Formats: sequence, C-alpha cells, structure tokens
Amino acid sequence: MYYVVTIATLLTMVLALIRALMGPTVYDRVLAVNMFGTKTVLLVAVIAYLFGRPDFLDLALAYALINFIGVLAVLEFFRSRTKSPLPGDEGKVSEVSEG
Amino acid sequence: MITLFSLFLLVLLVITAVAVVQTRNLFAAVMLLSIFSLLLAANFLLLDAADVALTEAAIGAGISTVLFLGALSLTGEREAPRKGPRLLYLVAVIAATAVVIYATFDKPAFGDPQAPVQTHVAPWYLEKTPEYIDIPNVVTAILGAYRGYDTLGEVFVVFTAGIGVLFLLASGPGSGSKRRGSRLTEVGQVTGLRHYLVPRVVGRLLVPFIILFGLYVQFHGEYGPGGGFQAGAFVAAGIVLYSLLEGEKKALDIIPRKVLMGMVCGGALLYSAVGVLGMLMGGNFLDYSVLLDNPVAAQQVGIILIELGVGLTVTGVLLSIYHAFAARGRA
Amino acid sequence: MDQILDILSWILLSAGGLFVLVGGIGAIRMPDLYTRMHVASVTDSAGAILVLTGIMVQAGLTLATVKLAAILLFLLFTGPTASNALASAALLSGVRTQDKDHKAEEDHSS
Repeated sequence: MYYVVTIATLLTMVLALIRALMGPTVYDRVLAVNMFGTKTVLLVAVIAYLFGRPDFLDLALAYALINFIGVLAVLEFFRSRTKSPLPGDEGKVSEVSEG
Repeated sequence: MITLFSLFLLVLLVITAVAVVQTRNLFAAVMLLSIFSLLLAANFLLLDAADVALTEAAIGAGISTVLFLGALSLTGEREAPRKGPRLLYLVAVIAATAVVIYATFDKPAFGDPQAPVQTHVAPWYLEKTPEYIDIPNVVTAILGAYRGYDTLGEVFVVFTAGIGVLFLLASGPGSGSKRRGSRLTEVGQVTGLRHYLVPRVVGRLLVPFIILFGLYVQFHGEYGPGGGFQAGAFVAAGIVLYSLLEGEKKALDIIPRKVLMGMVCGGALLYSAVGVLGMLMGGNFLDYSVLLDNPVAAQQVGIILIELGVGLTVTGVLLSIYHAFAARGRA
Repeated sequence: MDQILDILSWILLSAGGLFVLVGGIGAIRMPDLYTRMHVASVTDSAGAILVLTGIMVQAGLTLATVKLAAILLFLLFTGPTASNALASAALLSGVRTQDKDHKAEEDHSS
C-alpha cells in the first residue's frame, strides 16, 4: 500500500532535482531545495511505516525543522549581498514593512 | 523493491554530485550540496541506519548550508576559471576509481551473515548489552560505553576544529569594524530578516520548539536515534535561526562569546572528568560501572553524562564558527 | 472495521501521492518563477495533509500518531512561510513576472 506513495514521492524528487539543475535564477533553485526537503520528510515518514519502525519518525520531525532554516539562510545571505550599501552612502537599505 | 529505491537514490546522488562540480555559480553549488546531503540521509535511512541519517540531516542540510553561505558572503559568487591539464586529472581520477572498484571485489557480499563483522563482534554487542548496560539503542551503547575512548577522541577533534577556525577567523566587534568601516558593519548587524514580518513571527515561534527537540534528541539517545552530536547540531540550528531573524547582535546578547567558549571547553572537560572520576573511584579510565553501586545504572548515568559533554561541545563549536563568519561584516 | 480503515488510508495515500506528483510536474512546466512557486506550494499543503493523515489512520491511537500530527503541524507552519519569504525576496530583488507583451526580465540570472 505504501509503494504507490513512495514511487510518487521519488518521482517528484527527480522533478525537483531537474528544476534545481535547470532553474535560471537562484530563487528557482531555492524553491527546488525547499520542495525537495518537504518530499524528503514525506518519504521518511512513509518509509518508516514501510519498514515497520515507527521510531524513525524523529528523523522526519528533524528534517521538517531543518529545511526551514536552510531556506531562510539562503534568503538572508543573498539579500544582504545584493542590497548591501556601498561604503559611500549610509544605511539606506530599502525597506518593506510587511513581508 | 527496497534495493530498487536505494539504487534510484544513488543514481540521483551521482547526478547531483556531477552537477555540483560542473556549475560555476557557487550559490547554485551550495543549494545542490544541500540536496546532496538530503539524498545521502535518505540513503542511510534505507540502509536502516537511523542515527547516521539524523546526524547527516542535522549537520549537512542544516548547519553546513548556513556556514557555506556565510563563507560565500565574504567571497565572490562565481568560480574563477580553471587552469591546468584537465585530461590528466580525469585520467588520474578514473585510475584511482578503477583501483578502488577492483578492491571491492574481495569484500564479502552486502548483508552476508557469514561476514567477519557479523560473526565476531556484532553478536557479542547485541547479546551483552541488555546484561551490562540495558538500554534499547545498541548504537549509543557502542558509542558511549564500549568505544567510549574513540568518542572522546571525536569530541577533541571537534574541539580542535573549533579552536582552529577561531584562530583564523575570530574578530571581536572592534577589529571587524576597523576593517570595513563602522557604518557598514552596523547596517550589516542590525538588519537580519527583520523587514519580513511573516517569516519573523513564524520563525520566532519555532525557535523554542527546535531547541526543545534538540534537548529531546539529547536525552532520548538511549532509546531511539539520537545522542550528543545530533542534539548539538539541532540546538545550534535553533539559535542560528534566531540570529538570522533578529540580527546577530541580539543572538550574541543572549549567548555571549564567553559563554560559547565556556561551552566548547566545558563539554570536553566534562567528558574527560567522567573518565578521571572513574579512575579515582577505583576503576580504569572511562570505566562507568564504578560510579554508582549498581553497575548497570552506573553505565547509564555515565552515558548520559558523556553525551551531555558531547552536546555542549558541538553546540559551542558550531555557534562559534557561525558567529565568526557572520561577524566579519557583509561585503 | 479494519477493512474500512485500510481502504480509507489507501484512498488518502493515493490522493496525497497524486497531489505531490502534480506539484512536481508544475514546478517543471510552469513558465515563470511565481507560477512555479504557486504550484509547488500545493505539495506543501494538500500533499502533506493527505499523506500524513493516511499514515495516521493506519497508525491508530499510539505515540506515532502524535508524532505525525506534530510533523504535520510543523510542515503547515513552515511551508507557506518559506513560500512567502521566497516570493518577497524574489520581488524585492527584481524578478519580474512574464507578461504576454514582453518576455520576462530577470535581473539576477545565474
């Protein structure tokens, strides 16, 4: 019963990988990595039940939390790279009040 | 069927590795490395190695990505063009790979029950653990009790790596601003992701859960996948998330550098202290069974103490390295 | 009763797998970054809910169900937030949508 979901998730992982290899901008690749992370969470949860070892669910919980940190880190560093002010002008970083 | 899944994931791994090497844009390479680490962790899971998969996920996909990005913010974004005889390198790599593949022909088959590793030491560990240590997770028993001396070496390797990186990169708030101009460093330290409201609110909601999960993994290491290394990586990841959202200055206010250094040294000292305590109470170095009256309970207490030491050192080192990168100013 | 639970979880898991696949195909075929994000978020929400609920039905009332509920909760919290952060970052750095009149201009091609 779990095989259908496992195959679907593995296929989607391949598609996300293709997008990560293909994507013209960096944001496409970040999107692909985020998708890949969520698919890995689902894959781990399904495989844990496929093997009959429910104590593997700790891993799925871990990935669900870690995936988020990776995406935010990329956004922070890429943003601070492109918007950093030149040594001439002062802290005029363009602000958006709502995310 | 499981073998098919494993093979499939390994093919994806090779494709990702080739792509990482080929691409010239270093941000793309970092993203692909994150995917590589997730694929590797899924592979470990299919091989039934949960502890290793957890460590690989926590350190590879979480902390390593952040550290690579921190390094990229200090250097350029494109790789410099390669020089040198590429054909010669290719031939050398193919020759080395051929030798290694030839060497694997002599190994016992995968999962062979008659292989030496399955007939000498492994059954002894599996049979004697309920009698001597009595915890369900044999991996932690091996790591903490039977091969505790090796784990002491690992902790000291992590400690030395942290000290090495801090020698190369450390800058107090003073020297960083002298290098780049104080205004730029101020801007770089004040922003963080605070202009994005939604990630900030949700992220701050998640930080206590990540740290709680890290503590859960630390103390649950005897019953399920877990232990000191994974727990250290998770707690460090939680605090890195806080630092990304609120700016690095606030994260340094919460856990100052002195406390971080205290954690780095204190963890390794705690581990060695447990060992010396064993000697003082009449046993050998790192012999836990003399710590209490009941030798089985003493082994469990010993394992908990050394895992605590490991967790402290790993957290301290990862956070110190992150702050060392992030404090160099954003170029 | 067991039969009904099995059939229910079969349906949920298959539907979840279908949504996951839809998200993956959309990420490849969509013409523009924002539309790709829109489709990929289907996996984060519908796919995750269906698959994890399907496994929860199989697990019954044990500790594993609580862990699965926690995983679902964290995925539902972080998935849309990551999409939001990604979209606003892309918007701020100038990635434009693709109009019918002129081609997409992307400031940060890599």
